[in-house]
Amino acid sequence: MRYLPHTEEDIISMLRAVDAETIDDLFSMIPEDCKTKGSLNLPEAMTEWELNAFMDNLAEKMAVSPKYKVFIGAGSYNHYIPESVSYLLGRSEFSTAYTPYQPEISQGTLQAIYEYQTLVTRLLGMEVANASMYDGASALAEALLMAARVTKRKKVAISGLIHPHYRDVVRTYLEPGDYEIVELPRLENGKTDISAVAGMDDCAAVAIQSPNFFGCIEDIRETGEIAHESGALLILSFTEPLAYGLFKNPGCQGTDIVCGEGQSFGIPQSFGGPGLGMFACRKKHVRDMPGRLVGKTTDMDGKAGFVLTLATREQHIRREKAKSNICTNNSLCALASAMYMASVGGTGMRELACLNYDKAEYLKRALREAGFEIPFDSPTFNEFVVNFGEGFKERYKKLMEELIIAGIPLDSWYPDLSGHYLLCVTETIGRAEMDNLIKGVRA
Amino acid sequence: MKELQGTSGLIFNEPLLWEKGKKGRSGFSMPRRDVVPSPLDERLVGDGPDFPDLSEVDVTRHYTRLSQWNFGVDTGMYPLGSCTMKYNPKINEREASLPGFAGAHPLLPQELSQGTLELMYLLEEYLAEITGMDAVTLQPAAGAHGELAGMLLMQAYHKSGGSNRSKIIVPDTAHGTNPASAALCGFQPVAIKSGEDGIIPAEIIAALMDEETAGIMITNPNTLGLFEENIRRIAEIVHSKGGLVYGDGANMNAVMGIVQMGKIGFDIMHLNLHKTFSTPHGGGGPGSGPVCVKSKLEPFLPVPRVIKKGNEYLLSGDFPESIGKLQAFYGNFGVMIKACSYIMSMGSDGLKRASQLAVLNANYIKESLRDVLYLPYDKECMHECVFSDKLQETQKITTLDMAKRLMDYGFHPPTIYFPLVVHGAMMIEPTETESKEDIDRFIQALKDITAEAGENPDLLKTAPVRPKLRRLDETTAARKPHLAE
Amino acid sequence: MKEIDELFLPGDLRYTETHEWLRNDNGNVTIGINDYAQDQLGDIVFVELPEVGNTFEKGEEFGTLESVKAVSEIYLPVSGEIVAVNDALEETPELVNMEPYNNGWLVEVKPDEPDEIDTLMTSGEYLEMLEGEE
Repeated sequence: MRYLPHTEEDIISMLRAVDAETIDDLFSMIPEDCKTKGSLNLPEAMTEWELNAFMDNLAEKMAVSPKYKVFIGAGSYNHYIPESVSYLLGRSEFSTAYTPYQPEISQGTLQAIYEYQTLVTRLLGMEVANASMYDGASALAEALLMAARVTKRKKVAISGLIHPHYRDVVRTYLEPGDYEIVELPRLENGKTDISAVAGMDDCAAVAIQSPNFFGCIEDIRETGEIAHESGALLILSFTEPLAYGLFKNPGCQGTDIVCGEGQSFGIPQSFGGPGLGMFACRKKHVRDMPGRLVGKTTDMDGKAGFVLTLATREQHIRREKAKSNICTNNSLCALASAMYMASVGGTGMRELACLNYDKAEYLKRALREAGFEIPFDSPTFNEFVVNFGEGFKERYKKLMEELIIAGIPLDSWYPDLSGHYLLCVTETIGRAEMDNLIKGVRA
Repeated sequence: MKELQGTSGLIFNEPLLWEKGKKGRSGFSMPRRDVVPSPLDERLVGDGPDFPDLSEVDVTRHYTRLSQWNFGVDTGMYPLGSCTMKYNPKINEREASLPGFAGAHPLLPQELSQGTLELMYLLEEYLAEITGMDAVTLQPAAGAHGELAGMLLMQAYHKSGGSNRSKIIVPDTAHGTNPASAALCGFQPVAIKSGEDGIIPAEIIAALMDEETAGIMITNPNTLGLFEENIRRIAEIVHSKGGLVYGDGANMNAVMGIVQMGKIGFDIMHLNLHKTFSTPHGGGGPGSGPVCVKSKLEPFLPVPRVIKKGNEYLLSGDFPESIGKLQAFYGNFGVMIKACSYIMSMGSDGLKRASQLAVLNANYIKESLRDVLYLPYDKECMHECVFSDKLQETQKITTLDMAKRLMDYGFHPPTIYFPLVVHGAMMIEPTETESKEDIDRFIQALKDITAEAGENPDLLKTAPVRPKLRRLDETTAARKPHLAE
Repeated sequence: MKEIDELFLPGDLRYTETHEWLRNDNGNVTIGINDYAQDQLGDIVFVELPEVGNTFEKGEEFGTLESVKAVSEIYLPVSGEIVAVNDALEETPELVNMEPYNNGWLVEVKPDEPDEIDTLMTSGEYLEMLEGEE
C-alpha cells in the first residue's frame, strides 16, 4: 500500500529492536475480550482508479452548475472561485501543516492568517477578528455566549429573520445554560420588529442578521441604539459577506460583535461544509473572545514576525475556564477567503457586489412585470422573496426537469408564507438564464 | 560540520498584502455585466472595504513565498503526539474537488442530492463498523465540537430518564477540550489523578461515581500513549450507577481493526477525521469530529440524519428527542469525502496494518531513545511515547530547547509540555507513514541533540538558527496585542 | 528560575502558602505576590483584579495573573474590602515582575479581622515552608 512504506525486512529489524517476536506481541496489554475478532466488515481496498470511478459515479448524481441553474442562496452561495486561488490553496506547505504552535517554521500560516484577520476587520469595520470558527451558525452561538460573559446577563433577543438553522444551533448551544431566548418578530416590510427590545433591561445581547434570511437590509444603527440604551450588546450576523462590498459595514453602525459565514469568499459550497465562521469584535472585549488569534511581534534579531497570542483564553491552557472549547478551527478556509479577497481586491469587491445587486434587481423587476408579488419592499442584496402562489409546486417540479431550481420554498420554516420562495442571483447567473426562469414560471 | 537533513535555501521576504499592489490592479476576472445598474438608497451604501488591489502575479508570488516559510507533512517528519500527522493522500483531494461534490448546494431537492447523501450514509456505516458502535452523526466540525455533542447527548439521555446529573469525571491526562466541552454543557468536571503506572485505577472511579455524576470522559489509548487497561472495570462501575462512558477517540490510530471500542464499554465516542483518517490539518483546520453511539443514545443524535428508504437516501429531521443542530448544515462534507476515500483505499486490512505499524514505529522510537531521554512510564506504549527533560536538568536544558534545536535538524518538533502530568513532557507520535530510514534519522537527530546539550548547550539555547525567523517575543505579543492593521 | 537562596523576601512583610505578601500600613493592608511567585510565573502579560468595593473571605480567589502560557489564581490573605487597585498594571503588567514589593503591588484592603494578619507567616517561616517543599 503506497502510504505504508515498511518492508518485511524493516519490520523484522524493528521488532528485534523492541524485543518482540511478532507485531501482535505489541498489543499484549489489550484484554482479550476487547479485541476485534476477524476482519472489519468493510469493502475490499480499492485501487486509485477504482476509487476515481466510484466517486465520479456518485458526483454525477448531483444537480450542479453549469448543467443546472440553481437559484438558491439561504446560507450557501455560488460564486466564482479564481483558478489561482484553488491552485495556491493546493500548496501542501499550507494544507499539510498543523496549527502554528511552533512559529519559527509556521510563518507562512501565521502571516496569512494575520492578513486574513486584518481583511475581515476592514470588511466589517471592526477592531479585531479571530482566526476563524466553524461556520456562521456556531459563530453566532459563541457570540451570544460571549455577550453573556461580558454583560453577566442571561437573556438574549434574537431576530426571527436570522437563518432558521442558525437559530436552531443557537438553541442547542444555549440549552444547557439556563438562558432565556426571546425571538423578535418581523415587520410587514421584511425587517425585524425591534420594538420589544426597548422594554428589556436584562438582555445580554440583541442579535439581528443583515442581509437577513429574506435578503433584506436591517436597520443596524437603530437596533444598536436601542440595545445599548439598556446595556445590551449588538450582535450582527450575516450569511453573505459580499453584501459589505456595497452596503455600510456593521462596525460603523455601532455593532459590538459581528459573526457570519464567509463561504462566499473563495470556498466551494461542498454540500454545506466546511464553511468559515468569521468573528470580529471591539478591542476592549478581545480577552473574552473565543478562537485563536495571531499577533504581530519580533524575533530575537528584531525581525518582524507573527505568533499565536492571548492563548490564556483557550482550552489548552484554561481548560474548563476557557472562553470556548474550540481547538481545530477552519484555518485553511480562512486562508482561501484571504486569497480570494486579495485577488478580487478593494475595487473589484465593490464592482462584484454591485453586479450581484443589479442582477438580483433585474430578476425582481422581471418577476414583478410577469405579475408575481414581491411581498417585502425593503432593499435587498442578492436574495429576495417572491410569492409564486400556492399551486407552484407542480411548476417547480417541471422546472427541475428543465434543469432549473427556482429558489427554495419558505413554508417549512415560515408556515404563514406558503407559496413564497427565496431566490438568489449571483454573478454566476446570466441574463439569459434569468429570462429563461421568467419564461418557465410564467407558463 | 556534518550534513544534516535540514538545510538552508533561498526563500524570499514578502511584505503584507496591503504593503503591495496599486489601485486599479486586479487578480480577478470580473464576470460580464449583462444588466443595467439599479438604483439604491445612498444612505445604505458604504465605502467598501479598504482592501489592496493586487494583480494575479502579486497574489501568486505572495502566497508562493509564504508557503516556503511553512513546514508541512509533505516537507518532513512531523511527530506531534496526539495529532496523528500522517501523510495526506493526494487522491482524496481529487475526489473532494469533483464539481458534483464541491459545487453542491446543501438545500438542493433531495432527489438531486443522491450522490452526497449516499457518501454520508456509507461513511456512517464504515465508522460504525470501525468503532464497533451502533449509530453515527457526521455533523460536528471538529473533535471539540464532537465532545460538545457528546456532552449534550449525555445530558439529554439523563434528562429523558428523569435524572439531573451535574458532574462528570475527567482524568488529569485529558486534552484541554475535554473539561472545556463539559463546562460548555454546564457540567462540573471532577478531576482525577492517573496512577503511578500512567493509567486510571478503577478504585478511584468506584470512590467517586455516584448518582450525581453523569459519567466519565476517558481517552483510550490515553494521552500518555498507554492503553487504559482497567477500562472494562471502570465502565462497569460507571454503568452500575447509571452513568455513561464518553470516549475521546483522538488516539484511534493505535487500534483500528484491533480493539472494538463498542466492547470496551464506550457509550459515546468521537473521532477526528483530520487525525486518524488522513484528512489534511490545513494549518489549524478544517477538521471533522463524527460521534458514534450505542443504540440507546441514537434517539438523541443531532438532526437531520441520513436515512435510506429502499434505494433512496433522505435527510430526516423526524427525531423528536434530538439535541438539535450544531452546524448550519450537515457537517464538513468536503472533509468527509477525503476520509471516506481513505477508508475505501485502505480497506479492513490496510487500516489494521496502519495501526499496527503506528504502534511499532512508536515503540521503536521509545526503545531507541531511552538511554538519552527520560522515560516516565517504562512500559509498552501504543502509537505514541512520552519522554521528559529530567536527564537534561543538570545541564539546564529544557524540552523547549531540544524542540527548537530539532528544527535545525530538519524535523518538526514533537508535542511539548503536554500532557500536564509529566513535567517537561515531549510526546512523540511518528504515525505509520514514516519509513524506518526517516525514523532512524529522527532518532539520530535527538541523540545528537542530547549530546550537544552536554558539549555545546548554546547550540540548543540559541536554536533554531536555520528557519526564516528565530525565537519570537511572545511576551510582548500578549502584553501589547497587535492583531490587525 | 531562581534558587531558594537567591530569593528576595523582605523581613517586614507577611507571607502566605500561596506566595502572596502582605504589608500592614497602619490599618489597611497592601497585598502583592512575592519574588518566588513572579519568578516561577515568568513574564506576566496580564493582571485581572477586582473592583474597589468588592469583598472577599480570607483565602478566596480575588484575581488572576497571566503569563504567556499559564494562568495563576491569587488568593486574598485576609478577609476584607478592596479599597484600592493598582491601575498601573493594566498598561504595565511587567511591574509585578520588576518590582513585586513596590510598584507591582496588586490591591489595598480594609481588613475585617486585623488579628488575621498575625496568623500569616514571617519571611523565615515562609522560607522554611519552601525548603520543605523542595
